[in-house]
Amino acid sequence: MIGSETLILASLSLPIVGAGAIALCGRLPNLREAATLITAALLLSCVAPLLPMVLAGERPALMLFEMLPGLPIAFTVEPLGMLFALVASGLWIVNSLYSIGYMRGNNEEKQTRFYVCFALAIAAAIGIAFAGNVFTLFVFYELLTLVTYPLVTHHGTDKAKAGGRTYLGILIGTSVVFLLPALVFTWYVAGTTDFTPGGILGGKLSDVALAGLLFLYMFGIGKAALMPFHRWLPAAMVAPTPVSALLHAVAVVKAGVFSVVKVIVYVFGADTLVAQGGADWLTAIAGFTIIAASIVALRADNLKRRLAYSTIGQLSYVILAAALLTPLSLAAAALHIAAHAVGKITLFFAAGAIYTAAHKTNVSELDGIGRRMPWTMGAFAIGALSMIGLPPAAGFVSKWYLLSGAMGAGEWAVVAVLLASTLLNAGYFVPIVYRAFFRPPSAEDEHHPHGEAPLLMVVALTTTAAATLALFFFPGVPLALAQQMLGG
Amino acid sequence: MSFAEHLPVLQVVVPLVSAPLAVLFRDRLAAFLLVLAGSWAAFAISILLWLQVRESGIISYAIGSWPAPWGIEYRVDALSSLVLMLVSGVGAVVLPYCRSSIVREIRPDTHYLFYAMFALCLTGLLGITITGDAFNLFVFLEISSLSSYVLIALGKDRRALVASYQYLIMGTIGATFIVIGVGLLYVKTGTLNLADMGVRLQDMTSHRPVLAALAFLTVGISLKLALFPLHQWLPNAYAYAPSAVSAFLAATATKVSVYALLRFYFSVFGETAIFKQLPMEDLMLVLALAGMFVASTVAIFQNNLKRLFAYSSVAQIGYIALGISFDSVTGLTATIVHLVNHAVTKGSLFLLLGAVMASMGGVTLARVQGVGRVMPVTTFGIVLCGLSLIGVPGTAGFVSKWYLILAALEKGQWWLVFLIVLSSLLAVVYVWRFVEAAYFRAPRADLLQAREASLGLAIPAWILVGATIWFGVDTSVTVGSAAAAANMLLGVTP
Repeated sequence: MIGSETLILASLSLPIVGAGAIALCGRLPNLREAATLITAALLLSCVAPLLPMVLAGERPALMLFEMLPGLPIAFTVEPLGMLFALVASGLWIVNSLYSIGYMRGNNEEKQTRFYVCFALAIAAAIGIAFAGNVFTLFVFYELLTLVTYPLVTHHGTDKAKAGGRTYLGILIGTSVVFLLPALVFTWYVAGTTDFTPGGILGGKLSDVALAGLLFLYMFGIGKAALMPFHRWLPAAMVAPTPVSALLHAVAVVKAGVFSVVKVIVYVFGADTLVAQGGADWLTAIAGFTIIAASIVALRADNLKRRLAYSTIGQLSYVILAAALLTPLSLAAAALHIAAHAVGKITLFFAAGAIYTAAHKTNVSELDGIGRRMPWTMGAFAIGALSMIGLPPAAGFVSKWYLLSGAMGAGEWAVVAVLLASTLLNAGYFVPIVYRAFFRPPSAEDEHHPHGEAPLLMVVALTTTAAATLALFFFPGVPLALAQQMLGG
Repeated sequence: MSFAEHLPVLQVVVPLVSAPLAVLFRDRLAAFLLVLAGSWAAFAISILLWLQVRESGIISYAIGSWPAPWGIEYRVDALSSLVLMLVSGVGAVVLPYCRSSIVREIRPDTHYLFYAMFALCLTGLLGITITGDAFNLFVFLEISSLSSYVLIALGKDRRALVASYQYLIMGTIGATFIVIGVGLLYVKTGTLNLADMGVRLQDMTSHRPVLAALAFLTVGISLKLALFPLHQWLPNAYAYAPSAVSAFLAATATKVSVYALLRFYFSVFGETAIFKQLPMEDLMLVLALAGMFVASTVAIFQNNLKRLFAYSSVAQIGYIALGISFDSVTGLTATIVHLVNHAVTKGSLFLLLGAVMASMGGVTLARVQGVGRVMPVTTFGIVLCGLSLIGVPGTAGFVSKWYLILAALEKGQWWLVFLIVLSSLLAVVYVWRFVEAAYFRAPRADLLQAREASLGLAIPAWILVGATIWFGVDTSVTVGSAAAAANMLLGVTP
C-alpha cells in the first residue's frame, strides 16, 4: 500500500517528469506519443487510489515547504478537489488519444512543444485541484496561465498573437489586480489561507469588507469567465482543437469555477456569507452572464466560437449554484463541474473531427454532415443534450439539483434564468443536429467525399459521449463527493 | 588577534590590493586571475561575516586600532552583511563572464586595466557598505563612481563616451551634495562616525544646518540611486556600457546607494525630531509612484532592449523607494528584499542580454526578432527574468511584491495596493514586447546562423537566473535577513 503523501507527490510530479520525457523524445514521434499516454495512464493510477480514502472521510495532506514565513506550499485532497483531479486526469488520457489523431491528421508544427506544454498544464491543474490553501492555489493558477499561453498561440500567426494577448492580458490582469490583493488581504486578516470547512473569515470582517473581498475573489478568478472578464475564452479558440477541448472546456475553465466554489465554501464559508449579506449580486451577475452568453452563442456561426460562449454560460451555472449558498445548489455546483466537462469535451472533439475530416469551421456549412460522420455527430447530439440539460445526459442531473436548490430557496428569478437558458441552449444546439442529420448536403459537398475523422479521434469522442450518458445513469461517485464536501 | 577578527577590513583590502597588482603585471590573464581571486575571496569573506553576524550580532572593527568615534569604524550588521554578500556575490559571478565577454567589446591591450577598474569599483561598493564613517563612505563612493565612469566609457559603441560623460557630471553633482551634507553634519555634531552622529543629533530639535544636511544628502544619494526624476544618467549608461559592466552596475551600484540612503535615514536621522518635521515619507511616496509609472511607461516604448530594461530598473527602484516611504517593518523588509531580488533579476537579465549581443551583434528589438528560435535557452532565461520583473509567483519578484502589498494593507491604503499591482501590469507589457518579438517573428536572414552563447557566458548568467528562481521559492535567506535588518533599522526587537 502506497502512502497518501506519496500518491499526492506522484500526481504532481508525474506530468512534469512526463513533460521532460516528451521533450527528450522529440525526434521520435511514436516514442513521444507513447510517453504522453504512459504518463497520462500513470497519473490516473496515482489519482484514483486517493478516491476511496476521500470517500472514507480521510483528507490526505502533504506539505512541501514554506515559501514565505507562515505560507506553505501545501496540498490537501478534499472531495471537490478529488472530483476535479479525477475529471482532469481521466479526460487527459482520452484527450491524448484525440490529440495524436488531430495533430497528425492536420500536420501541425511544433508538436513536441505542444505535448510538453500540455503535460505541464495538467500538472498545474492537479496542483490547483489538490491545493491546501489559497496561496498554493494562486501559485498553480498563475502557472496554468503561463504554460497554456504557448498552446493558445501555437500557430504563431498574427491572429494567434492577438488571441494570446487577450488571453494573457485578461487572465494575468484579473489575477494580479484582484486576486493577489484578495489573497494578501485574506492572509493579513485571517493569519492563514488554509482551506478550512466552514471558512476562515467568520466574524473577522465587517459586512462591507466581506462583500468587497468576495468581489475581488470573484473577478480575480478570471478563469471562471464571469462577465465582463470573459473575452479571453473566445480568444483562446485560435488554439488547436485538442487545447480548446481539454483546457478551455475542462482544465482551465474548471480550475476557475473550482476555485470559485473552493473560495466560497472553504474561505468564506456558506454560513458566514449568508449571515453577512450573502452574495445576491453574484447571483445576478452569474444569471446575466448565462443569458448574455447564450444570446451571443445563438448568433455565432463559427462552431468553436459558439461552443466557447456556451462554455461561458455553463461556467456561470456553477457560479450561480455556488452563489445560492444552499446545500443542494452547492452539490449542483460540484456535479456540474464533472457533468459539463464530459459533455463539452465531446462537443469540442466533434468540432475538431469535423475540421480534420471536412475542413469546416462554420455551423452553416454542416448540412447533411451527419450522414458521412454518424459517430461524430451522434456524439455531438449527446453532448448537446447534456448542455441543454435533458435526460439521459449528465447535464440533467446537475440542473435538477440546481433547480431544486433554487426552488427550495424561493429564488424564482434564478429558476426563470435557468428555464430561459435551457430554451436558449436548445435554440443554438438543436439546429446544428437538425442540419447534420435532416438537411441534404449542399451540391458542392458532393464533390468532396470524406468519411469519419481518423480512428483515434472517433474513439476518443465516442468514449466521452458514453461517459456523458454513464454519468446520468451512475452519478454515484460525484454525488458522494459532493455530499462529503458539504459534510465538511 | 585571530584571522577571523580581521575579516571586516580584509573584505575591502583584498579586492583593493588586487587592482594595483593587476596593473603591475600588465598581462590580461594574470590580471584576470588576480582580480578573480580577489573577488572570490571577498565573496567568501562576506559569507563568513554574514554567518558571524547571524550568530553573534553586530561586528565593530576599529581600523588601525583607533577606537571610534576618533578612528574609522567598520561596522557589519544585519543590513550591511546582506548587502556585502550581494555585491561580492554578483562580482564573483560577473568576473568569469567578463573574460568571455570583453574579448568582443574591448581592445585586448586594455584588458588588464579593465580588470583593475573592476576591482576598484567592487572595492568602492564594498567599502560604502561596510564603513561606519561618513567621510570614509564618501571616499569609497568616489572610488566606485570614478571607476564606473571608466568602465562605462570602455563600451564599444561610441555613445558610451557621452553616456559616461553624462554620468560623470550627474555623479559628481551627487557626490558634491553628499560631501556638503556630511560637512554640515560634521560642523553640527563634531563627529564623522555614523552611529555617534545619530546619538548626537537626537538632542537637536530645530537647526537649519541639519535640515540642509538632510536635504543635500537626500538629493545627492538619490542622484546616485537614480530615483525618479534624477535618473536621467542611468538608461544611457546601462545601454552603452560593456555587457558585463551593465550587469554588474545594474545589480550593485544603485543597490549600494539605496543602502547608503537607508543608513542615513534610519541610523543617523531616524531617532531625531528633525526627521519627523519633514514630509519625507510623502516625498518618497510621490517620487516612488511617479518612477513606477513613468519609467515603466517609457520602457514600453524602447526599442533597444538594454534601454528598455534600464528604464525598468528605474521603475523597480520606485518599488524600493515605496517600501522606504511606509516607514514600517514590513515596508522596509519589502525594500531590502527587493533590493536583493531585483539585483539578481536585473543582473542575470543583463548577462543574458550580453550573450544575445555576442551572438546576434545587437539587442534592438528589430535585430533580436526570432531569437527564440536560434537561442532557445538564452531566450527562455530572459523570459524567466521578465516574469520575475512582473512578479509571477515562483520568482524572486513575487516575494518583493507580496511584502509591498502587505505593507500597504497594514497602512490600510487600498489605493496604493491597486497602484502597485497596476504598475506590475506595465511590466507585463514591456516584457511581452520582447516575448512576441522573440517567438512570433522569424529571425533576420543574416542571423539564422547565430548560435547559443558560449558556456563562459551562459554559466555565470544561469547561476544568477537560478538565484532569481531560488529566491522566489526559498526565502529564508533573503526574507530572513531583510526582516532582521528592518527590525534593526527601526529599533524594533522582534
